[in-house]
Amino acid sequence: MSGIPHDHYKPKSKGEKWLHSRLPIVGLLYDTLMIPTPKNLNWMWIWGIVLTFCLALQIITGIVLVMHYTPHVDFAFASIEHIMRNVNGGHFIRYLHMNGASLFFIAVYAHIFRGLYYGSYKAPREVTWIIGMLIYLLMMGTAFMGYVLPWGQMSFWGATVITGLFGAIPFIGEPIQTWLLGGPAVDNATLNRFFSLHYLLPFLITGLVIVHIWAFHTTGNNNPTGVEVRRTSKAEAEKDTLPFWPYFVIKDLFALAVILCVFFVIVGFMPNYLGHPDNYIEANPLATPAHIVPEWYFLPFYAILRAFTAEVWVVQLASFVTGGIVDAKFFGVLAMFGAIAVMALAPWLDTSNIRSGRYRPMLKWWFLLLVIDFFALMWLGAMPAEEPYATLSLIASTYWFLYFLVILPLLGVIEKPLGQPVTIEADFEAHNSKPDKTSSGYGQPDATPAE
Amino acid sequence: MLKNVALGVFAAVNLSMNTALAAGGGDQYIVNYAFSFEGPLGTFDQNQMQRGLKIYTEVCAGCHGLKYVPLRTLADEGGPNYSPAQVRAYASENFEIFDTELDDYRPAKPTDHFPENVDAGAPDLSLMAKARAGFHGPYGTGISQLVNGMGGSEYIASLLTGYTGEEKEEAGVTLYENKAFPGGWISMAPPLYGEDVDFDDGHANDLVSEAQDIAAFLMWTAEPKMMDRKYTGFVGFLLLGVLSVLLYMTNKRLWAPVKGRKIA
Repeated sequence: MSGIPHDHYKPKSKGEKWLHSRLPIVGLLYDTLMIPTPKNLNWMWIWGIVLTFCLALQIITGIVLVMHYTPHVDFAFASIEHIMRNVNGGHFIRYLHMNGASLFFIAVYAHIFRGLYYGSYKAPREVTWIIGMLIYLLMMGTAFMGYVLPWGQMSFWGATVITGLFGAIPFIGEPIQTWLLGGPAVDNATLNRFFSLHYLLPFLITGLVIVHIWAFHTTGNNNPTGVEVRRTSKAEAEKDTLPFWPYFVIKDLFALAVILCVFFVIVGFMPNYLGHPDNYIEANPLATPAHIVPEWYFLPFYAILRAFTAEVWVVQLASFVTGGIVDAKFFGVLAMFGAIAVMALAPWLDTSNIRSGRYRPMLKWWFLLLVIDFFALMWLGAMPAEEPYATLSLIASTYWFLYFLVILPLLGVIEKPLGQPVTIEADFEAHNSKPDKTSSGYGQPDATPAE
Repeated sequence: MLKNVALGVFAAVNLSMNTALAAGGGDQYIVNYAFSFEGPLGTFDQNQMQRGLKIYTEVCAGCHGLKYVPLRTLADEGGPNYSPAQVRAYASENFEIFDTELDDYRPAKPTDHFPENVDAGAPDLSLMAKARAGFHGPYGTGISQLVNGMGGSEYIASLLTGYTGEEKEEAGVTLYENKAFPGGWISMAPPLYGEDVDFDDGHANDLVSEAQDIAAFLMWTAEPKMMDRKYTGFVGFLLLGVLSVLLYMTNKRLWAPVKGRKIA
């Protein structure tokens, strides 16, 4: 599959040959599973498996929940209680699904930031990155619509606020909002279409995940050094890589098992911790909750949305230049989507020809600041829209854009990179075969050499 | 190095970052009562459930309903754990249900739910213990809820014991000052004063004791499968823990030759 030379599937028995000449599906699976993988991958390369698991978990629990759920404004809330009280194991399946969404987003953020640090988005992996961003957008849409289905207070008011964003688009905003909602306000039509789309989108995500995997199997995995696998001969390639099965399958499964331990503790002992109490009150269009807050995974972008108020000079300038068409509300919407767009454009904004942040002494610190900035935005998104949070949100939002639009393009010019290892093999040897065996990335070195 | 820092921060902050904590006021006075069902292996106290049910029936049910709770679940283990005969007797003695087939009221049966009660405009209590959070913040971090739990039952018990005795009238509605209620003034008159209910076994029926009993009972109505859930979570954790250890050892052995290490 990939350009890395390796052994391919060869049908041996008569039956295998018969099938292979008609449908080479075994060969496809074999080559996918045995793909040469850089042997120096560290523990940040496990999130792909976690994400695949999350997708499967959400689809399977979701399909079971649908069997007992009623998508109607009069019955939706009660049908959730039916699941929680009467359906065999329903309470646990629902809590798995609820918290599965959070695990999904923890994993996707770890996965994205890994890509940002190790330069996984750079040539030749731009397509993988763009597909990943599309998956992320679909995930956000799916999660948002799923949160509406229990028809609690936060479901209803969250839907009202977020669909209201589309109303901020000049001229065509209101018709678009009405079209999305299926009426002038969030109501039964909204619930039904969100239900339908919440069921559909995960399968689109599945399709994109397959393309995502296909794309990086074509280019080969990135790795912590960012140095390419040698492709000149099979012998050389084998020094840099190991087959995905069994080496990385077992490693990833170990990581997944540890993560699931924590996940089961949360689902078993604190399943409502990441939720909002108001969502156990049935939706009431006549009573607005004191604070409408989105789920934690939307908070960073929610903070960016709220940061650009009419007092900010950039907003005033935009409003003046466009003759008032771009007002503060629309500017906020543009900023929110822009924050994701600049991230998607990272492959073309980053001018450095060094991939991995490991060998970029300046990027390291700017990247660390970006991670802190992300958590700061997440925290600010949960705080009320008042001082000092408004100013802090503005500063944090500005840094987000600064990182992608100024720092990434500039660093490639001014930064003096450190020396990279010549090959992946050299890096792996340096990390693992130290004669004194002090500490090294994986596992625990033997305390006493077995002699 | 950097990746480990990033990973650690991710894990720590994602768990503690919680939207729920942003909502609600900081001016509430919530007593952190100890309940039997707290902690990973906490269970509902059957006697307390029965006392709570009695308080609900004799006091709360006057204005509030429990429309999501089927009467038959009173026989569930972990709940009040009534016998089927007790459930039948309790249902028919206490509630009347409007039967559309009879076009008339009839005594409630175990297959019915607790009736809804909206006459006084009081909220339904089925999910109250999950719809309120007793603990918040600090500063939107979620640490308090991580340490103390969501605090729904603590909130209910604190509310019932939190009346100061002050009253005021606003737009024709009498409001009562309450230390636990967000905003400080609640339209519900103090429902419990102490010694409102007599228990057959002579259990204490002072205000604080009654408030805790009804709060515990309402935690059960909101989360009747809590004990099942904790058990499943515990078993899942144990099995996955064993699996993790096995996979760790498999992984170490698998990679040992690649890393030039001897297999122990």
